[in-house]
Amino acid sequence: MKSILFVGVIAVALMFLFPMTQAKEIVKVGLIAPLTGDVKTFGESSKNAFLMAIEAYSKTGKYQITPLIADDRNDATEGANAALKLITQDKVFGIIGPLTSKVAIPVSEIAEKNKIPMVTGTATNPKVTVYNLKRKRYVFRACFIDPFQGSVAANFAVKNLKAKTAAVLYDVSNDYSKGLAEFFKATFEKGQGRIVGYESYQKDDVDFSALITKINLKKPEVIFIPDYYNKVALIARQIRERGLKGVLLGGDGWDSPELVKIGGEAIIGNYFTNHYSPERKDKIAEAFIEKYKSKHGRVPDSLAALTYDATMIILGSLDKAGTAQPEEVLKVLAALKNFKGVTGTITFDQNGDAVKSAVILKVEKEGPKYMATVNP
Amino acid sequence: MNFLVETKRFLLCSVAVYLLFKFFFLFGLFSEYIQQIIILSFIVILTSLGLNVIYGYTGQFSLGHAGFYGIGAYTAAYLGALFKVEGVWAFLPILLSGGLAAGLLGYLVGVPILRLKDDFLAIATLGFGILIRVLLDNSDQLSEFLGGSRGVIGIPKIVNLEIAFWAAVFLILITRNLIFSRYGLFWQCIKDDELAATTFGIDTAGMKLTAFTYGCFLAGMGGALYAYLYSFLHPSNFDFLKSIDFLIIVIVGGMGSITGTIYAGLLWVAVIEGLRLALPASLLELRWVFIPILLILVMMWRPYGLLSRSESRFLGLGN
Amino acid sequence: MDLLSYILEQTINGLQLGAVYALIALGYTMVYGVLRLINFAHGDIFMFGAFTAYYLLSKWNLPIALVFPLTMAATAFLGFLIEKLAYKPLRTAPKISLLITSVGVSLFLEYFLSLEPLFTPNYIGFPRPFAVIRYNLPLFTVTNIQLLILLVTAVSLFWLYLLIYHTKYGRAMRALSHDQEAASLMGVPVDGIISLTFIVGAALAGLGGILYAFAYPQINVFMGIMPGIKSFIAAVLGGIGIIHGAVLGGLIIGLSEVFVSAFLSSTLRDGVIFFILFLVLILKPRGLFGKRIDKV
Repeated sequence: MKSILFVGVIAVALMFLFPMTQAKEIVKVGLIAPLTGDVKTFGESSKNAFLMAIEAYSKTGKYQITPLIADDRNDATEGANAALKLITQDKVFGIIGPLTSKVAIPVSEIAEKNKIPMVTGTATNPKVTVYNLKRKRYVFRACFIDPFQGSVAANFAVKNLKAKTAAVLYDVSNDYSKGLAEFFKATFEKGQGRIVGYESYQKDDVDFSALITKINLKKPEVIFIPDYYNKVALIARQIRERGLKGVLLGGDGWDSPELVKIGGEAIIGNYFTNHYSPERKDKIAEAFIEKYKSKHGRVPDSLAALTYDATMIILGSLDKAGTAQPEEVLKVLAALKNFKGVTGTITFDQNGDAVKSAVILKVEKEGPKYMATVNP
Repeated sequence: MNFLVETKRFLLCSVAVYLLFKFFFLFGLFSEYIQQIIILSFIVILTSLGLNVIYGYTGQFSLGHAGFYGIGAYTAAYLGALFKVEGVWAFLPILLSGGLAAGLLGYLVGVPILRLKDDFLAIATLGFGILIRVLLDNSDQLSEFLGGSRGVIGIPKIVNLEIAFWAAVFLILITRNLIFSRYGLFWQCIKDDELAATTFGIDTAGMKLTAFTYGCFLAGMGGALYAYLYSFLHPSNFDFLKSIDFLIIVIVGGMGSITGTIYAGLLWVAVIEGLRLALPASLLELRWVFIPILLILVMMWRPYGLLSRSESRFLGLGN
Repeated sequence: MDLLSYILEQTINGLQLGAVYALIALGYTMVYGVLRLINFAHGDIFMFGAFTAYYLLSKWNLPIALVFPLTMAATAFLGFLIEKLAYKPLRTAPKISLLITSVGVSLFLEYFLSLEPLFTPNYIGFPRPFAVIRYNLPLFTVTNIQLLILLVTAVSLFWLYLLIYHTKYGRAMRALSHDQEAASLMGVPVDGIISLTFIVGAALAGLGGILYAFAYPQINVFMGIMPGIKSFIAAVLGGIGIIHGAVLGGLIIGLSEVFVSAFLSSTLRDGVIFFILFLVLILKPRGLFGKRIDKV
């Protein structure tokens, strides 16, 4: 008896001295997102999704992930500082985000220079991955790019809304807004439409009365407003107050529960292009949506879904590479093919951009409603 | 030669400090992030020194200093891209061009506005600073590279410890010599009592303009260094809030004290950037709650700054 | 719509904006008149007014009739506090110290109120307690909000004019702005009148905040910066220290902003305004209605 007890005690002691499972190597990954500032719902969604993805990965993943989250406040300088710190001080192996193009573009330069892989879920301006004809090898995105999105919106306006005239109101201080406006204009004019107003405003503007009165001269059938939800809501209200009747159209920047909250009646009934719809009938998507709903109390928006995909992509590549060496992870990332994500099947093209479909959503009081899918 | 003898102490100190930093940098004791912060502090000291000459010594209240900093940065970035500058030696004329552009602009602006008094000069410089900000926001009309309100990316990172440190030391020396020369004497006379200075036959308008131009020149040099350190410029970096940063350094360090500016500049960058590292993100915004309180308290108790008018004998900057 | 209607509509847009600037400019000009101080924190008092109205309307569901006076009382109190705590102790200090202190107060208000448990740094939708009605007149269209703003501003100005020129308090304010020492020797209670000036100025800024939020229903802790600077330029344009100067300056700035956006480009808008400021300071620093120019 005593000897069995003795062996038992030794065994237990050994168990504590030599852990049964081999400790996983610790690897750090960073998220740069606008947790505060004018698009904070984007940041909140992506943070939730980021952490959810890491949790899901940790069940089967080879590495132990330490998440580091930095707030860029939707400001390019903040984002650049955060990136530099995450890379050189915290030594992350990869970066998810930033979410908005205006922050993602300078951060992508920093990531590229420091040879750290960066996957943004949501920044859509082409300059994030390719600038001045030079491809940034370390930068990828899990979403489509704005030349595609702009043309989707323009084609919807021409074919579905049967519009012959359109006006564009965009934020000149924002690469996303400016770029999307240009792409919309190009496709709309190709479709025999006429752009009757092309007005810009600045980030801090609140009074659009002069611009609205100006475009009202031509009574456009469609008004394209490619900006983020809080600005769009404000502009929409002023447009309706002045009695303009045109249909409002926008891009993925509209995707936020705050859009209807701030915009009210003015924004309901209008349309925007987006990356995915929560009504998507797909096993992976449904599982994600359910889990997100139960954890955070609401349906995930495209920011959450895309960040989730981006995170899973980079962590998956980490596992496949078998090492946290950025060069090796890069090789796996660049070869990504047919990744089954929440937002669809993702393959990176030669620019690191994802070739994906877009959806058209209609703004309703309870949330965006699915209208159509457009394939590239 | 007299000058070298007088400033021997300062030069020795500089070499010592430089070697110290170089040692730390070489042996990787600081991450690249911290290295950048340290180099930034030299740039900030240089720019604040410019404001000190304008305001601390000559008494002209300028709230638009960051605008000239920005002009230097953008000019240097633009010319560098135009001439495809990559290396250190090609960079030096670019650096100078940043300073000259800012200095020239300072001169042109100074001619009409420097005759305004205190508050009105403050408003005029504030307005001009904002005007420059608007110019930078619309810079893409001038050249797509300048990016307008989206900012400038892709500037090669040329500035390192050597360039920033020795440029700062060189310009501090020149400033010191100006201060202890006839110019500095006249500037302080103007600050003390402009009317009396005129009766002494001092060309107050000319002296004020010289101080202003030189101060803007220093700001432009700082800006050019900044551009080639951070590789990324955005108009929002050169707004009123940035002008306040420089002002705080000048005031806290002591108006009319080069040493004070040096210490305050180091302290300021250390506090701002150090807190960014030390504090978790949620508390970070508290920085900007305490800094104005500090500023108000300094105004109430030591309105002329903490180290006013005394130069450090240790650093060898005194007469 | 023809050119005339277009111009008329843009004019009303400009007047609406200008009216709000005028209300804020009045506060700047009154305080400068009495203390020779540019109160940088004034724009933030305007912001505070907008937020106070927001809380009264949305969290406590008060009727508009109560919101106006309560908000104005709150901002008046804030103005009073700032003067007592930050400016009074520095009354004998060099003017630059006062200026820098006012910058400090402004920054403090913005960042302190932007903390999470307070106003937060978010953009918040402002609940307009009435629907927008458009009146289609023969030549142009006007909304009820525009009419409200113009009406309320006109009434406030009338009231202010009565105060300044037909009451003993107003006389005391004018005396103080002329010569503080002489006025105090004549028995004017300097501290009290200065406080009163701040109170009235702040109340007007608060009113401006409510109207601005009605017109542009999105508030944010940093919303006071640009309107503050522009209103300040308006005050300088009209002649700092002069009441009708502030009003005219406000209207001119508002109209310029709108017309530049309407006929040139929105991005040049701010540039034009500061250019106007420059011209004024160089050519006529005392402003349109100003009298003597004292240079050194």
